Order: sequence, then structure tokens, then C-alpha cells
Amino acid sequence: MVPVEYYITLSAILFSIGALGVLSRRNPLIIFMSIELMLNAANLAFVAFARVYETFSGQIFVFFVIAVAAAEVAVGLALIVEIFKSKKNINIDEMNSLKG
Amino acid sequence: MHLSETVNTGFYFLAPGLVLVPLLGLLINAIFGKNFSEKMVGTVASLASGTAFIISLLLAYSVSINHGHPVSVPFAEWIHIGNLKLDWTFRVDSLSATMMLVVSGVGTLIHIYAIGYMHEDVRFKHEEGRFNRFFIYLNLFIAAMMILVSGDSYLMLFVGWEGVGLCSFLLIGFWYEMDTLARPSWANSNAAKKAFITNRVGDFGFLMAGFLMFWHLGSFQFDEVFKAAPAIAHESPWIIVAITLFMLVGVAGKSAQIPLYIWLPDAMAGPTPVSALIHAATLVTAGVYLVTRSAPLYTLVPQAQYIVAMVGATTALFAATIAVGQYDIKKVLAYSTISQLGFMVAAVGMGAYVAGMFHLITHAFFKALLFLSAGSVILGLERGHHAHAHHTHHDEKPKGKHKKEEHGHHGGHDDHGEVFDPGDMRNMGGLRKTMPVTFWLYMAGTLALAGIFPFAGFWSKDEILLDAKLHFTSIYWQLSIAAFFTAFYMGRQIWMVFFGEARSDAAKHAEESPRVMTVPLMVLAVLSVAGGALNLPFEGFHNLGHWLEYTLGEVHALPLDLGVAGISTLLALLAIFVSWLIYGRNPLKTGQVDPLKKPLGFVFTGMENKWFVDEGYGVLIIKPFKWISQFLADVVDWKFWHDFVHDTVIAGTYNWLSEVALSRYADQKGIDAFFNSWGDFTQWLSGNARKIQNGFVRSYALSVLLGVVLILGYLILK
Repeated sequence: MVPVEYYITLSAILFSIGALGVLSRRNPLIIFMSIELMLNAANLAFVAFARVYETFSGQIFVFFVIAVAAAEVAVGLALIVEIFKSKKNINIDEMNSLKG
Repeated sequence: MHLSETVNTGFYFLAPGLVLVPLLGLLINAIFGKNFSEKMVGTVASLASGTAFIISLLLAYSVSINHGHPVSVPFAEWIHIGNLKLDWTFRVDSLSATMMLVVSGVGTLIHIYAIGYMHEDVRFKHEEGRFNRFFIYLNLFIAAMMILVSGDSYLMLFVGWEGVGLCSFLLIGFWYEMDTLARPSWANSNAAKKAFITNRVGDFGFLMAGFLMFWHLGSFQFDEVFKAAPAIAHESPWIIVAITLFMLVGVAGKSAQIPLYIWLPDAMAGPTPVSALIHAATLVTAGVYLVTRSAPLYTLVPQAQYIVAMVGATTALFAATIAVGQYDIKKVLAYSTISQLGFMVAAVGMGAYVAGMFHLITHAFFKALLFLSAGSVILGLERGHHAHAHHTHHDEKPKGKHKKEEHGHHGGHDDHGEVFDPGDMRNMGGLRKTMPVTFWLYMAGTLALAGIFPFAGFWSKDEILLDAKLHFTSIYWQLSIAAFFTAFYMGRQIWMVFFGEARSDAAKHAEESPRVMTVPLMVLAVLSVAGGALNLPFEGFHNLGHWLEYTLGEVHALPLDLGVAGISTLLALLAIFVSWLIYGRNPLKTGQVDPLKKPLGFVFTGMENKWFVDEGYGVLIIKPFKWISQFLADVVDWKFWHDFVHDTVIAGTYNWLSEVALSRYADQKGIDAFFNSWGDFTQWLSGNARKIQNGFVRSYALSVLLGVVLILGYLILK
């Protein structure tokens, strides 16, 4: 058997990469992809722990996470389409009109 | 029934009327005077004074039927503080009755004369509206003088003393905006001020005497003082000496002795009735009355008596020499008054109180007569001056006696170029023919003053000389020489004024005075001639002596000494003869210099200029005084006190405190800075805190991540 620590480590690494991506990429699509990556890292962690504790709760929860992720991406993409319509540009560095 | 009782016991209850009746007259004239005619005003005033005279007569009668026993008539409470009781009480005894009679008697005659005199004077000065004021002041004077002579204590005497000083000021300065020649000037008001201020120096002496008296003898009241005095004189006589010598200072001020006589000649600036009443007959005699009243004090200290006598004798001689060189008719009489007052003061200083009072009475008669006659002469010249002016300038026929007519001349003086002085004897001459009544009246007064037998002055002056010869030889010589000068300058005056040729047009056209003026003078002339009967030096005729004995105690009546009488009459006749040689034989011509000027040289210059005494006072006292007050005002008050202490120190410090210290440093740099720093800090904080919200999505995301890391870290490490 593969020790569960390996899965957790992989999950952590995936999460970090996702976080870095969120923070350092300009293109929102890439940011969404990084968010998906973070979510998937969380999913992996869920499944790994479900396998360890031999319960199905974790696996069920993964379904919720995937559904939520999908919904969220849908909404996000819709927002990006609208933004592109007005600004003709989706560089998030230039989305600072909420600046106080 | 009631009247007969009063006739037997006396009319003492009338005593307050002496003061109240003149005051009533004064009030009537003050309130209703502007609606009265001139005659009415004068009548009210003269009636007030005349009633006072009648009251004096009744009081004198009361004294005589009570054998001279002094009676106190309480009138009003004044100061009651604890045990101190000072009241206004009238004292009726023979001495005060004598003074009351003189004051009110001569005063009433002068009131009547003044009706006529002021009628013309206010017209010569174009000030008809001021007639009323004159009689108000005259009545005020009578009231004040009555307070003086009828008081029961030195305190009331002083009240009257001050009151007459005030009236003197008011009356001398009656024509306050002019000088004697009616030109706009400070001269008259300066003369009034001089009188008041010089009198004040005398008042200082009186006050010191009063304070000493109250402190050591315990009272102001005559009887109490005289009772307590001998004991004090026995222990420490210097107290009584001090009191009497301070009183002498007061006498020198009021009765115009050396060194405070200087106000009296200047006081001639007042209208002539004032000069007669105040400065010849009544006010100036207040000092003599004071010494006579204080006889019990003076007899205790012969040293002080001698000083009084010397002051009197010196003044008599000194003033007589000045009178020789004067050209103004009233100034001669003024210095004559000072000289005669010197006689009186010398007399009472020698202890001859009866002689002094006798001379006071006769002097009141003939000096008032002389002054009023001089007033008649002056007005006569004024009338002549204006009649002449009308005649030559207006082609009208010359006006006759003006009783009630208006003059109708406008700007009379301005037409003539230089101003005409009606009082200057050099403008007179030959008035014997144009003013005969005045001439004979003046002669009566002159002969009385010169001391020619049998006029009144002879008897009174002789008594003084006799007393001097018996006790104080040096004083006898001084007084005799003064008597010689007296006769000389009066003779000079007679020759210059009434004989010879008129030296000016005014004198040529002089007119006699109306009866309202000459009749009172005739009364005075009779008194001047017959007044000697008051105290003839023959057994059984010492009337005044016996009368005053009631108050003064034992009086040594002296019989007539033919030697003294003879010498004094001879001296007087010799003096008149010498004056005839100089002034009568070759009467002065117009513009001629006084014939004594060349032979006497600088002596005459001294006499003319009153021995430069006023100038001396000016240099010694007035100039330093003015310098000191100027210094105090400019340097001490303005430069030091105002400019330095007030402005620089106080205001400057205050301004510095408020502008610099408090406002700039404490407020602006201190408190404001402190509280502003809070605001600045808040602004800095918010300025910086604002930067978090930069609208930059990635930085928000970073913040979220950091928050998550912190929370996780906290949870793990917990």
C-alpha cells in the first residue's frame, strides 16, 4: 500500500501550486484553473482520508466540492465575459475600479 | 404784656435772625431777583441788612439791661459723635454786640450806597444783568460775617471766617472776565484768587491753632478754653504761645498784616462798595476781633503779645510808606487800610483791647466813608468821560445826572483809542468845584483818618499812641511816624484830586453823584466827626471801655495826655503842611511827574512799586512752586507714571503676556500643537491605512492567504 502521507503531501504540493498560481497569474482563466487545482487538491485530501478511515463521507463530500466548483466556474466565466465586453481586456491588474 | 416781659429780659431769641435774615434776603433775590426791578433788589438786600442792624440794636439793648452778662443762644446741633458735641450756638455779649452793630450798621449804609453805585457801574460795563448777583453776594457776606462775630466757639468763628473769605473771593472777582479798566483780562479773577489763596495761608495758621487748642485744652468753646488755659500756661506755656502765634498767622492773612497783606491792594479790583465793606470796615477787622476775643489767652503769654504788637507796628509803618507813592485813588486807601489795621493789631498786641476796638469802630466809619467817596469820585469821572465822549463824538447835548436813564452809547471806549483810567489821580484835579458834596465828605473822612482834633480818628488813634508811649517806646515811634505818613499821603491825595486844575477832560466834565449815594455818606460823615464820643478819655465818658469791660474784664482807662495828643496833632498838621508845600502850592499839571520822584529817587521808586514785595514773592515762592508742579506734572506724572509705569511696564507686560507668552507659545505652539498632532496622527494613520484598499485583486487574495496562514498557524501551535 501507498502510505497516506504521500497523498497528503501531494495534496499540499498541489494546493501550494494552485495558491501560487492564484497569486501570481494575470489571466483570470489561469487563476480559475489554479483555483480548480486547489479544489482538486482538497478533493484528493478528502479521498485519501476517506480511504484511511474507511468511511464514505469523504468521498461523498468530494461530489459536493466538484459540483460547487463547477457552479462557481460557471459564474466566474460569465463575469469574465461581461468584463471583457466592457473593458476589452481581462488583465486582472487593471480591474481596480473598487480601489478606495 | 409779652412784649414788656421781653423788654425786661432781653431779645436774645432774635440772635439767629442775624444770620437768617440776610440769608432770607439772599434767597429772595436769588429766586425772584430776575423779575424784580433794580430798586426792588437793592431794597430787599438793604432791608435784610437793616433788619440785622435792628436785631443787633435789640441785642445790644438786651446786653445792657443784663449788665453785660454773656448769654448763649443755642441754635443747632452740628457734630455729635460719641462724647464729642460741637454745636452752633450764638453768643451775645458786649464784644460781639459791638461787632454786630458795626458790621450791620456800616453794611446797611453800604447796601444803600451800592444801589446807586452798581446801577451806574453795570451800565458802564454793559452788564445790566449782573446787578442782582452783587446784592446776593453782599447779603451772603453779611450772613457769614454775622456767623463769625456771633459764634460761641472758635469753630463757629472759623466757619464765618471761611465764609467771609469766600465772599471776598466772589466779590473781588465780580467782574471776573475783565480788569479794572473793563478790558478782557485775567486780572480781576487773579486778584480774587490771590485773596483767597493768601487767606488760605492764614487759615492754615488758624487751623493749627484750633487743633492745638482742641488737643490740649479740650474744647473750641470760648468759656471752656479760657477756663482751661491758665493751668496749661502754668505747666507748659509753649502750648499757649504756639496757639497764639498760629492765630497771629490767621490774623496776618485776614487783617492784611505783614507778610500776608499782599492780597488787599489787588482786591481793589472789586467794585468800590466791596472795597468799603469788606476791605475796610468788616472782613479785615475779623483778625482784630479774634485777638480781642482771645484776650485771656494772649494775656497769659506776654512774649506772643509783643510779637503781635511788633507785627502790627511794622505793618503800619511799612504800608504807610507805600501809600505815599501810589497813583490810584483806591490803592492809596488800600495801603492806608493796611496801615490802620497795623495800628489796631499793635493796640491789641499791647493789651489795649479797648483802644483797638475803638479804632476798629472809628476806622470803619471813616474808611468806609473814604472808599465810598472815592467810588463817587471814580463814577464822577466816568460820567464826565462819557458825557465828554457824547459831546464831542455824537453831537448830542451832554447828559445831566443819570439816575435811571440808559446811556445809549455803544462802544464808548473803543472810540477813544487808549483806555481811560477813572481811578488814576493823575487824571483828576479840581474836583472841588464840580463835585462839592463829595469833596466835603472826603474832607471829613480825611481829617478823621489823619487824626485831627476833634474828629473820631483823633481820639482812637491817640489812645493807641498813649498806650504805646507808656509801655512800648519803639512801637510808639513806629506808630507816630506812620501817623505822620498817614496825614501826608491823605493830604497829597486831597491836593491831587480836589484842588488845582482838572488834568483830563473827564475831570473837567465830572458830575456829582445822586442822593442815593451821597446820603449814606453823610451819615458816615456825621459818625466820623462825632464818633469820638464813643470813648472820650475823660472821666465819665469812657463809654466803650465800660461797655467792653463786661467781656474783657478789668480795663484801665487812661486819661487824656496832652503831651501825646499835642505831639500827634502837631505831626499831622505838619504832614498836611508839607503835602501842601509839595502838591498844593504848585498843583500838578497834566502829564507832570510826581514832584517827589526826583528828590527821593530810588526811595520813591520803591514806594511806587510797593517795595517789590509781590515780585519778591514771585521769585521766592511762586516760581519755585510752579516749577515744582510743572516738574511733578510733566516728569513724575506723565513721563514716569504714565509713559513708563503704565504704558511700558504694565500695559507692555500685559500685552507681552497675552500676545507672546500665552497666545503664541502656550496656545499656538502648546495646546494647539498637541491637539493638532492627534488629528495629524489620525490622518497619517488613515492615509496609510487607505493604501490597503488599492482595488488590486491579487493583493486582496494575498491578504486572504496571509490570514489563513495566521489562523492555521495559531491553531497548530496552540
